[in-house]
Amino acid sequence: MTEIRFSGFGGQGIIRCGLITGKALSLFDNKYATMTQSFGPEARGSACSSQLVVSEDRVLYPYITDPEILVSMSQEAYEKYEQELRDDGILIIDRDLVKLKPPGGKIKTYSIPSTRFAEELGNRITANLVMLGFFTAVTQIVSSEAMKKALPGLVPGRFLDLNIKAFDKGYKYGKKILNEEKKNSKK
Amino acid sequence: MKKVKADPKGVLTGAHYFDGDYALAEGALAAGCRFFAGYPITPSTETAERFSERIPYVGGVFIQMEDELGSIAALIGASWGGKKVMTVTSGPGFSLMMENIGLACMMETPLVIANVQRGGPSTGLPTLTGQQDMMQVKWGSHGDYEIIALSPDSPQECFDLTIEAFNLSEIYRVPAFVMTDECVGHMHEKVVIPPAEEIELVERKWYKGPKDKYLPYKPDNDMIPFMVKAGDGYRFHTTGLTHDERGYPVINAECQDVCVRHLVDKIKMNADKIIRIEENQTDTAEIVVISYGITSRVTTRAVHKAKKAGIKIGTIRLITIWPFPEKRIKELAKTIKAFIVPEINYGQVVLEVERCAKGQAPVIHVPHCGGWVHDPVDIFNAIKEASK
Repeated sequence: MTEIRFSGFGGQGIIRCGLITGKALSLFDNKYATMTQSFGPEARGSACSSQLVVSEDRVLYPYITDPEILVSMSQEAYEKYEQELRDDGILIIDRDLVKLKPPGGKIKTYSIPSTRFAEELGNRITANLVMLGFFTAVTQIVSSEAMKKALPGLVPGRFLDLNIKAFDKGYKYGKKILNEEKKNSKK
Repeated sequence: MKKVKADPKGVLTGAHYFDGDYALAEGALAAGCRFFAGYPITPSTETAERFSERIPYVGGVFIQMEDELGSIAALIGASWGGKKVMTVTSGPGFSLMMENIGLACMMETPLVIANVQRGGPSTGLPTLTGQQDMMQVKWGSHGDYEIIALSPDSPQECFDLTIEAFNLSEIYRVPAFVMTDECVGHMHEKVVIPPAEEIELVERKWYKGPKDKYLPYKPDNDMIPFMVKAGDGYRFHTTGLTHDERGYPVINAECQDVCVRHLVDKIKMNADKIIRIEENQTDTAEIVVISYGITSRVTTRAVHKAKKAGIKIGTIRLITIWPFPEKRIKELAKTIKAFIVPEINYGQVVLEVERCAKGQAPVIHVPHCGGWVHDPVDIFNAIKEASK
């Protein structure tokens, strides 16, 4: 079982990240994935998050209790959720939006300028897809094919191509980082 | 009871990633519901939204009403107009519906109401979960009557049980309730919608006799009176007042006796056919945990832990809450050490379990006032304590 939290501020498409990943896993990767979202008085601009419990068997307890992966796309969200991440967990951040505290434990950190990359592609609104591509590459918890199959219906049709481009950009960057990591570890 | 296949127009066959609220709407559409009247309220709003989006494509009507009183009134009218009808709400709206729910029971009108429960009382916790309307659904309107209430534990069951609620409502001419909660309502999971030909529905028992002989409240052999569609040329009267077989008011104790007994007995005497529970290892159990809805999933974590600790434990998941599965609980009370009843309220369904156990087995409640699901540790501790 793997527990994941996507976090950021309202309007970044954080809930969408949970939806796309959950749909990809449960419809196309043959896993069980239960997605819940912070559904409180959060307004646009304040910290918001979606939670995903992924399992080979039916998910019983619907919320995350000991998350292994935290994705943070804002400073506020990072500060709010960073302490719950497992000591051996994976932290994924937008490097331009999150300033890291000194790392503790064996947490592995991966960072990407997802918003900047999205701006380079012409629309910052796709920053969450850049992030999802990156997330897919570095965590390898879900296949990139499944993620792309999950997109129709969850992103506006006229922006589907742009979103796939954004996903690919993040995915490639993630692969590159993993390769560099491998090379470094061989040295 | 005539069985028919679902109309493919309303059935979104395939695998989807839906939340419970959407699944309620899809279940209703698959069941042939073509009329929805409601007043949006968190955390049930997504059901109304989904319905309003989808209904133009299946040829039905969606009305955003002025309030919840009007919602049920509109459902009663549309149901007598021959449609399958539904609304959805949460706590505060549910309270407002109570008066006309009583009217629907008295007029023996099939309709389905989903309650995506949130923490109460009053406006309470609009965005957070609760299971605090489980008694209100049974007793909320005045007078003696029976209803049917089901409790789904997942978006998939929101779909499945909404169809079942429609079937039961049609068979017994009674309001049927899908009592879900915010957690399941807002949880996304895989929902598989089968092909229309695999969805079995019940057709309303239509009266086909001579127009001047129709009696809207004369029980048939199965206790359930025939219905007609208003506007099809049958003259009939229906009222919230105590009435005879013709539907005309008769204000005396004798008619009241017949009328009320009928409303109660048509469900009570068919309880065995209606009730569905899911049992797990109750044969060998010393401790039996009884739960429903989302709490039954949370309970499983505690049960696994109890098994590891060597406790002889079994579970009952209530899929039907009302009518209450009293027979089975009475039986089990004779053989087990204790019942544990976790639920997201301060003591509701536990009272029914106590009533049925009749003091033969202790009944231990694990309350939660709402806003979140139980910590499985609290349920485990109750199990451990009871097993000593």
